[in-house]
Amino acid sequence: MQIEFAVNDKKVTVEAGIDELLADTLRDYGMLSIRKGCDTSCCGLCTVWLDGKPILSCSVLSFRANGKSITTIEGVQREAEEFAKILAAEGADQCGFCSPGFIMTVLAMKNELKNPSDEEIRHYLTGNLCRCTGYMGHLRAVKKYLGVV
Amino acid sequence: MFTILDLVQPDTIEEAYRVLTGGNGTILGGCAFLRLGSQKIGAAIDLSKLNLNYIKEQDDYIEIGAMATFRDIETSPILNLYFNGVLPKSVGNIIGVQFRSIVTAGATVYSKYGFSDLITALLSLDTEVELHNGGRMPLDVFLNKSNEKDILTGIFIKKNKRMAVYQNLRNSASDYAILNVAVSNINDQWLIVVGARPQRAEIAQKASEALSKGVNIENIEHVSNMAAEELSFGTNLRGSAEYRKAMCRVLVKRAITEVLQCR
Repeated sequence: MQIEFAVNDKKVTVEAGIDELLADTLRDYGMLSIRKGCDTSCCGLCTVWLDGKPILSCSVLSFRANGKSITTIEGVQREAEEFAKILAAEGADQCGFCSPGFIMTVLAMKNELKNPSDEEIRHYLTGNLCRCTGYMGHLRAVKKYLGVV
Repeated sequence: MFTILDLVQPDTIEEAYRVLTGGNGTILGGCAFLRLGSQKIGAAIDLSKLNLNYIKEQDDYIEIGAMATFRDIETSPILNLYFNGVLPKSVGNIIGVQFRSIVTAGATVYSKYGFSDLITALLSLDTEVELHNGGRMPLDVFLNKSNEKDILTGIFIKKNKRMAVYQNLRNSASDYAILNVAVSNINDQWLIVVGARPQRAEIAQKASEALSKGVNIENIEHVSNMAAEELSFGTNLRGSAEYRKAMCRVLVKRAITEVLQCR
Protein backbone atom coordinates (compact mmCIF):
# COMPACT_ATOMS: atom_id res chain seq x y z
CA MET A 1 0.00 0.00 0.00
CA GLN A 2 1.03 3.60 -0.50
CA ILE A 3 1.73 5.64 2.59
CA GLU A 4 2.12 9.39 2.57
CA PHE A 5 3.79 11.08 5.49
CA ALA A 6 6.25 13.81 6.28
CA VAL A 7 9.69 12.64 7.31
CA ASN A 8 11.69 15.42 8.90
CA ASP A 9 9.36 17.99 7.31
CA LYS A 10 9.72 16.49 3.83
CA LYS A 11 6.55 15.02 2.32
CA VAL A 12 7.16 11.57 0.94
CA THR A 13 5.17 8.67 -0.48
CA VAL A 14 6.47 5.19 0.17
CA GLU A 15 5.33 1.69 -0.65
CA ALA A 16 4.93 -0.57 2.38
CA GLY A 17 3.29 -3.88 3.22
CA ILE A 18 0.15 -3.68 5.36
CA ASP A 19 1.91 -5.64 8.09
CA GLU A 20 5.17 -3.70 7.77
CA LEU A 21 6.54 -1.96 10.81
CA LEU A 22 7.43 1.70 10.75
CA ALA A 23 11.07 1.07 11.72
CA ASP A 24 11.54 -1.08 8.61
CA THR A 25 9.75 1.39 6.33
CA LEU A 26 11.86 4.27 7.61
CA ARG A 27 15.10 2.32 7.29
CA ASP A 28 14.17 1.37 3.74
CA TYR A 29 13.62 5.07 3.13
CA GLY A 30 17.16 5.73 4.34
CA MET A 31 16.73 6.68 7.97
CA LEU A 32 19.52 4.37 9.11
CA SER A 33 19.80 5.89 12.58
CA ILE A 34 16.82 3.73 13.56
CA ARG A 35 17.91 0.45 15.10
CA LYS A 36 16.01 -2.56 16.35
CA GLY A 37 17.69 -3.86 19.46
CA CYS A 38 15.39 -6.04 21.51
CA ASP A 39 12.44 -7.59 19.64
CA THR A 40 10.36 -7.16 22.80
CA SER A 41 9.45 -3.44 22.59
CA CYS A 42 11.56 -2.46 25.57
CA CYS A 43 14.96 -1.06 24.48
CA GLY A 44 14.00 2.30 22.93
CA LEU A 45 16.62 2.12 20.16
CA CYS A 46 14.01 2.66 17.48
CA THR A 47 12.52 5.82 19.05
CA VAL A 48 11.19 8.39 16.59
CA TRP A 49 8.56 11.08 17.05
CA LEU A 50 5.13 10.58 15.54
CA ASP A 51 3.37 13.93 15.42
CA GLY A 52 5.88 15.13 17.99
CA LYS A 53 5.42 12.26 20.46
CA PRO A 54 8.15 9.68 21.05
CA ILE A 55 7.07 6.19 20.00
CA LEU A 56 8.68 2.82 19.32
CA SER A 57 8.84 2.61 15.54
CA CYS A 58 9.51 -1.13 15.85
CA SER A 59 6.01 -1.62 17.23
CA VAL A 60 3.90 0.69 15.11
CA LEU A 61 2.41 -0.51 11.85
CA SER A 62 3.55 1.75 9.01
CA PHE A 63 0.04 2.48 7.73
CA ARG A 64 -0.73 4.19 11.05
CA ALA A 65 1.77 6.90 10.13
CA ASN A 66 -0.22 7.74 7.03
CA GLY A 67 -0.85 11.50 6.91
CA LYS A 68 1.32 12.10 9.96
CA SER A 69 4.63 13.74 10.65
CA ILE A 70 7.69 11.72 11.62
CA THR A 71 10.88 13.09 13.09
CA THR A 72 14.05 11.04 13.24
CA ILE A 73 17.42 12.08 14.59
CA GLU A 74 18.38 13.11 11.05
CA GLY A 75 15.75 15.84 11.39
CA VAL A 76 17.09 17.32 14.62
CA GLN A 77 20.80 17.16 13.89
CA ARG A 78 21.77 20.48 15.47
CA GLU A 79 20.14 19.68 18.83
CA ALA A 80 21.34 16.08 18.66
CA GLU A 81 24.96 17.13 18.10
CA GLU A 82 24.79 19.61 20.93
CA PHE A 83 23.54 16.96 23.36
CA ALA A 84 25.78 14.18 21.97
CA LYS A 85 28.88 16.26 22.78
CA ILE A 86 27.79 16.54 26.40
CA LEU A 87 26.94 12.82 26.42
CA ALA A 88 30.46 11.96 25.23
CA ALA A 89 32.08 14.40 27.66
CA GLU A 90 30.29 12.72 30.56
CA GLY A 91 31.49 9.25 29.50
CA ALA A 92 27.95 8.13 28.74
CA ASP A 93 28.61 7.25 25.12
CA GLN A 94 30.58 4.07 24.59
CA CYS A 95 29.51 1.82 21.72
CA GLY A 96 26.92 4.41 20.68
CA PHE A 97 24.38 1.89 19.43
CA CYS A 98 21.64 3.18 21.75
CA SER A 99 22.47 6.87 21.25
CA PRO A 100 20.03 7.86 18.47
CA GLY A 101 17.01 6.47 20.32
CA PHE A 102 18.21 7.86 23.62
CA ILE A 103 18.82 11.31 22.17
CA MET A 104 15.35 11.37 20.56
CA THR A 105 13.79 10.63 23.94
CA VAL A 106 15.87 13.27 25.71
CA LEU A 107 14.88 15.89 23.13
CA ALA A 108 11.22 14.89 23.50
CA MET A 109 11.55 15.22 27.25
CA LYS A 110 13.07 18.68 26.83
CA ASN A 111 9.98 19.70 24.84
CA GLU A 112 7.58 18.19 27.35
CA LEU A 113 9.00 18.76 30.86
CA LYS A 114 10.12 22.04 32.30
CA ASN A 115 12.91 21.85 34.91
CA PRO A 116 12.46 18.11 35.57
CA SER A 117 13.73 16.60 38.81
CA ASP A 118 16.21 13.68 38.85
CA GLU A 119 13.28 11.36 39.45
CA GLU A 120 11.29 12.77 36.54
CA ILE A 121 14.30 12.45 34.22
CA ARG A 122 14.91 8.84 35.24
CA HIS A 123 11.22 8.04 34.85
CA TYR A 124 10.99 9.58 31.39
CA LEU A 125 14.07 7.69 30.20
CA THR A 126 13.12 4.27 31.59
CA GLY A 127 12.28 3.04 28.11
CA ASN A 128 15.82 3.52 26.79
CA LEU A 129 18.30 0.81 27.63
CA CYS A 130 22.08 1.11 27.47
CA ARG A 131 24.16 -2.00 27.96
CA CYS A 132 27.58 -0.28 28.13
CA THR A 133 27.17 2.20 30.92
CA GLY A 134 25.50 2.53 34.30
CA TYR A 135 23.25 5.47 33.37
CA MET A 136 24.92 7.90 35.80
CA GLY A 137 26.81 9.53 32.94
CA HIS A 138 23.54 9.80 31.05
CA LEU A 139 21.88 11.50 34.00
CA ARG A 140 24.76 13.99 34.38
CA ALA A 141 24.67 14.75 30.66
CA VAL A 142 20.90 15.23 30.57
CA LYS A 143 20.99 17.57 33.56
CA LYS A 144 23.79 19.62 32.01
CA TYR A 145 21.97 19.78 28.69
CA LEU A 146 18.72 20.87 30.33
CA GLY A 147 20.53 23.30 32.59
CA VAL A 148 19.12 21.73 35.75
CA VAL A 149 22.48 20.86 37.39
CA MET B 1 6.43 -12.86 12.79
CA PHE B 2 2.76 -11.91 12.40
CA THR B 3 1.03 -11.61 9.04
CA ILE B 4 -1.84 -9.37 7.97
CA LEU B 5 -3.58 -10.38 4.77
CA ASP B 6 -6.05 -7.51 4.46
CA LEU B 7 -6.55 -4.12 6.12
CA VAL B 8 -9.89 -2.46 6.77
CA GLN B 9 -10.16 1.09 8.09
CA PRO B 10 -13.88 1.59 8.70
CA ASP B 11 -15.50 5.01 8.94
CA THR B 12 -18.19 3.81 11.33
CA ILE B 13 -18.35 1.44 14.27
CA GLU B 14 -21.19 -0.46 12.56
CA GLU B 15 -18.96 -1.16 9.57
CA ALA B 16 -16.15 -2.29 11.87
CA TYR B 17 -18.53 -4.68 13.65
CA ARG B 18 -19.80 -6.07 10.32
CA VAL B 19 -16.27 -6.90 9.21
CA LEU B 20 -15.43 -8.33 12.62
CA THR B 21 -18.36 -10.70 12.71
CA GLY B 22 -18.44 -11.40 9.00
CA GLY B 23 -15.43 -13.66 8.89
CA ASN B 24 -11.84 -13.64 10.01
CA GLY B 25 -11.62 -10.05 11.22
CA THR B 26 -9.45 -8.97 14.13
CA ILE B 27 -9.54 -5.56 15.79
CA LEU B 28 -6.16 -3.88 16.03
CA GLY B 29 -5.34 -2.18 19.29
CA GLY B 30 -2.01 -0.52 19.92
CA CYS B 31 -0.30 -3.55 18.33
CA ALA B 32 2.63 -3.38 20.74
CA PHE B 33 2.44 -7.13 21.38
CA LEU B 34 1.54 -8.15 17.84
CA ARG B 35 5.14 -8.54 16.76
CA LEU B 36 5.86 -10.88 19.65
CA GLY B 37 3.63 -13.55 18.15
CA SER B 38 3.11 -15.29 14.84
CA GLN B 39 -0.58 -14.56 14.43
CA LYS B 40 -2.04 -14.71 10.94
CA ILE B 41 -4.76 -12.07 10.65
CA GLY B 42 -7.21 -12.32 7.77
CA ALA B 43 -8.75 -8.86 7.97
CA ALA B 44 -7.10 -6.42 10.35
CA ILE B 45 -9.61 -3.80 11.47
CA ASP B 46 -8.04 -0.47 12.35
CA LEU B 47 -10.26 1.83 14.45
CA SER B 48 -8.10 4.94 13.94
CA LYS B 49 -10.78 6.75 11.94
CA LEU B 50 -13.48 6.35 14.61
CA ASN B 51 -12.21 9.12 16.91
CA LEU B 52 -12.00 6.84 19.93
CA ASN B 53 -8.80 8.45 21.20
CA TYR B 54 -10.10 10.68 24.00
CA ILE B 55 -10.50 11.13 27.73
CA LYS B 56 -13.59 13.22 28.55
CA GLU B 57 -15.06 14.46 31.76
CA GLN B 58 -18.86 14.12 31.68
CA ASP B 59 -21.31 15.15 34.39
CA ASP B 60 -21.31 11.80 36.17
CA TYR B 61 -18.55 9.86 34.47
CA ILE B 62 -15.06 10.09 33.14
CA GLU B 63 -15.02 8.45 29.76
CA ILE B 64 -11.91 6.87 28.26
CA GLY B 65 -12.15 6.08 24.56
CA ALA B 66 -10.93 2.68 23.45
CA MET B 67 -8.03 4.13 21.46
CA ALA B 68 -6.75 6.40 24.26
CA THR B 69 -3.16 5.41 25.00
CA PHE B 70 -1.58 4.67 28.35
CA ARG B 71 0.41 7.86 27.94
CA ASP B 72 -2.86 9.76 27.53
CA ILE B 73 -4.05 8.21 30.80
CA GLU B 74 -0.75 8.93 32.52
CA THR B 75 -0.75 12.61 31.59
CA SER B 76 -4.50 13.28 31.75
CA PRO B 77 -5.25 16.23 34.07
CA ILE B 78 -8.71 14.77 34.73
CA LEU B 79 -7.44 11.35 35.72
CA ASN B 80 -4.71 12.84 37.86
CA LEU B 81 -7.37 14.81 39.71
CA TYR B 82 -9.72 11.95 40.58
CA PHE B 83 -9.36 8.83 42.73
CA ASN B 84 -5.97 9.85 44.14
CA GLY B 85 -4.58 9.57 40.59
CA VAL B 86 -4.72 5.78 40.76
CA LEU B 87 -5.10 5.26 37.00
CA PRO B 88 -2.07 7.36 35.96
CA LYS B 89 -0.07 5.72 38.75
CA SER B 90 -1.04 2.23 37.61
CA VAL B 91 0.24 2.71 34.05
CA GLY B 92 3.16 5.04 34.74
CA ASN B 93 5.79 2.32 35.15
CA ILE B 94 4.98 0.21 32.13
CA ILE B 95 8.19 -0.09 30.09
CA GLY B 96 8.75 3.46 28.80
CA VAL B 97 7.11 6.63 27.52
CA GLN B 98 7.45 5.45 23.91
CA PHE B 99 5.69 2.16 24.66
CA ARG B 100 2.93 3.83 26.66
CA SER B 101 2.32 6.16 23.72
CA ILE B 102 1.32 3.13 21.66
CA VAL B 103 -0.67 0.75 23.82
CA THR B 104 -4.37 1.46 24.12
CA ALA B 105 -6.81 1.22 27.03
CA GLY B 106 -9.48 -0.52 24.96
CA ALA B 107 -7.24 -3.32 23.72
CA THR B 108 -5.86 -3.98 27.19
CA VAL B 109 -9.27 -4.20 28.83
CA TYR B 110 -10.91 -6.12 25.98
CA SER B 111 -8.06 -8.65 25.95
CA LYS B 112 -8.48 -9.18 29.71
CA TYR B 113 -4.71 -9.44 30.09
CA GLY B 114 -3.75 -11.17 33.33
CA PHE B 115 -0.66 -9.01 33.74
CA SER B 116 -2.59 -5.77 33.21
CA ASP B 117 -1.92 -2.97 35.68
CA LEU B 118 -4.76 -0.86 34.27
CA ILE B 119 -7.49 -3.49 34.76
CA THR B 120 -6.55 -3.90 38.42
CA ALA B 121 -6.82 -0.16 39.01
CA LEU B 122 -10.06 0.18 37.00
CA LEU B 123 -11.64 -2.67 38.93
CA SER B 124 -11.09 -0.81 42.19
CA LEU B 125 -13.24 2.06 40.85
CA ASP B 126 -16.87 2.14 39.76
CA THR B 127 -16.07 1.21 36.18
CA GLU B 128 -18.26 0.15 33.30
CA VAL B 129 -17.29 -0.80 29.77
CA GLU B 130 -19.29 -0.27 26.63
CA LEU B 131 -19.31 -2.86 23.89
CA HIS B 132 -20.79 -2.04 20.51
CA ASN B 133 -23.05 -5.08 20.49
CA GLY B 134 -23.08 -6.16 24.11
CA GLY B 135 -23.91 -2.73 25.50
CA ARG B 136 -22.76 -1.23 28.76
CA MET B 137 -21.93 -3.39 31.76
CA PRO B 138 -19.83 -3.29 34.93
CA LEU B 139 -16.18 -4.15 34.34
CA ASP B 140 -16.25 -7.16 36.66
CA VAL B 141 -19.22 -8.59 34.74
CA PHE B 142 -17.35 -8.11 31.47
CA LEU B 143 -14.21 -9.76 32.83
CA ASN B 144 -16.16 -12.83 33.91
CA LYS B 145 -18.12 -13.12 30.68
CA SER B 146 -17.11 -15.61 28.02
CA ASN B 147 -15.28 -14.05 25.09
CA GLU B 148 -17.52 -12.98 22.22
CA LYS B 149 -16.57 -11.06 19.12
CA ASP B 150 -17.39 -7.46 19.92
CA ILE B 151 -15.80 -4.03 19.94
CA LEU B 152 -15.06 -2.25 23.18
CA THR B 153 -15.70 1.42 22.45
CA GLY B 154 -15.28 3.10 25.81
CA ILE B 155 -14.59 2.82 29.53
CA PHE B 156 -16.80 4.77 31.93
CA ILE B 157 -15.69 5.56 35.46
CA LYS B 158 -18.25 7.00 37.84
CA LYS B 159 -17.12 10.35 39.16
CA ASN B 160 -17.17 10.18 42.93
CA LYS B 161 -14.93 10.68 45.92
CA ARG B 162 -13.54 7.16 45.91
CA MET B 163 -9.92 7.18 47.08
CA ALA B 164 -7.75 4.47 45.61
CA VAL B 165 -4.18 3.27 45.91
CA TYR B 166 -2.19 1.10 43.54
CA GLN B 167 0.64 -1.14 44.73
CA ASN B 168 2.77 -3.50 42.70
CA LEU B 169 5.80 -5.72 42.88
CA ARG B 170 8.18 -5.97 39.95
CA ASN B 171 11.56 -7.61 39.37
CA SER B 172 12.72 -4.39 37.74
CA ALA B 173 11.03 -1.02 37.46
CA SER B 174 9.72 -1.45 33.93
CA ASP B 175 9.04 -5.20 33.89
CA TYR B 176 5.57 -6.75 34.08
CA ALA B 177 4.20 -6.91 37.60
CA ILE B 178 4.72 -10.08 39.60
CA LEU B 179 1.63 -9.00 41.49
CA ASN B 180 -0.45 -5.83 41.57
CA VAL B 181 -3.03 -4.60 44.02
CA ALA B 182 -5.52 -1.75 44.06
CA VAL B 183 -7.54 -0.85 47.13
CA SER B 184 -10.23 1.81 47.24
CA ASN B 185 -12.68 3.28 49.69
CA ILE B 186 -15.80 5.38 49.53
CA ASN B 187 -18.18 5.99 52.44
CA ASP B 188 -16.44 3.20 54.38
CA GLN B 189 -17.12 0.70 51.61
CA TRP B 190 -13.87 -0.97 50.55
CA LEU B 191 -12.76 -2.80 47.45
CA ILE B 192 -9.62 -4.93 47.38
CA VAL B 193 -8.44 -6.00 43.92
CA VAL B 194 -5.50 -8.26 43.14
CA GLY B 195 -4.11 -8.79 39.65
CA ALA B 196 -1.16 -10.38 37.83
CA ARG B 197 -1.71 -13.46 40.01
CA PRO B 198 -0.76 -14.18 37.12
CA GLN B 199 -4.43 -14.63 36.24
CA ARG B 200 -6.43 -11.51 35.57
CA ALA B 201 -7.46 -9.12 38.29
CA GLU B 202 -10.20 -10.13 40.67
CA ILE B 203 -11.98 -8.52 43.59
CA ALA B 204 -11.29 -10.18 46.93
CA GLN B 205 -14.99 -10.15 47.88
CA LYS B 206 -14.84 -11.60 51.38
CA ALA B 207 -11.90 -9.46 52.41
CA SER B 208 -13.56 -6.34 50.97
CA GLU B 209 -16.76 -7.06 52.90
CA ALA B 210 -14.86 -7.72 56.12
CA LEU B 211 -12.95 -4.46 55.80
CA SER B 212 -16.16 -2.55 55.12
CA LYS B 213 -17.46 -3.59 58.56
CA GLY B 214 -14.76 -1.54 60.25
CA VAL B 215 -11.04 -0.83 60.09
CA ASN B 216 -8.43 -1.11 62.83
CA ILE B 217 -4.81 -2.23 63.05
CA GLU B 218 -5.62 -5.91 63.80
CA ASN B 219 -8.33 -5.90 61.17
CA ILE B 220 -5.97 -4.74 58.42
CA GLU B 221 -3.63 -7.64 59.10
CA HIS B 222 -6.54 -10.08 59.22
CA VAL B 223 -8.16 -8.74 56.05
CA SER B 224 -4.85 -8.84 54.15
CA ASN B 225 -4.52 -12.51 55.08
CA MET B 226 -8.14 -13.11 54.05
CA ALA B 227 -7.51 -11.63 50.61
CA ALA B 228 -4.48 -13.87 50.12
CA GLU B 229 -6.48 -16.92 51.22
CA GLU B 230 -9.61 -16.35 49.15
CA LEU B 231 -7.85 -15.69 45.83
CA SER B 232 -5.93 -18.21 43.78
CA PHE B 233 -2.37 -17.68 42.61
CA GLY B 234 -0.30 -19.29 39.90
CA THR B 235 3.33 -19.81 39.01
CA ASN B 236 5.18 -18.42 36.02
CA LEU B 237 8.74 -17.31 35.31
CA ARG B 238 8.27 -14.14 37.39
CA GLY B 239 7.22 -15.81 40.61
CA SER B 240 5.73 -18.86 42.26
CA ALA B 241 2.18 -19.13 43.54
CA GLU B 242 3.50 -19.28 47.12
CA TYR B 243 5.55 -16.13 46.64
CA ARG B 244 2.61 -14.26 45.11
CA LYS B 245 0.35 -15.33 47.95
CA ALA B 246 2.87 -14.11 50.53
CA MET B 247 3.36 -10.83 48.71
CA CYS B 248 -0.40 -10.37 48.35
CA ARG B 249 -0.66 -10.03 52.14
CA VAL B 250 2.06 -7.37 52.15
CA LEU B 251 0.74 -5.31 49.24
CA VAL B 252 -2.88 -5.39 50.41
CA LYS B 253 -1.81 -4.28 53.89
CA ARG B 254 0.28 -1.44 52.45
CA ALA B 255 -2.52 -0.34 50.13
CA ILE B 256 -5.16 -0.28 52.90
CA THR B 257 -2.84 1.70 55.15
CA GLU B 258 -2.14 4.17 52.35
CA VAL B 259 -5.83 4.62 51.55
CA LEU B 260 -6.46 5.43 55.21
CA GLN B 261 -3.86 8.18 54.97
CA CYS B 262 -5.63 9.63 51.91
CA ARG B 263 -9.00 10.01 53.62
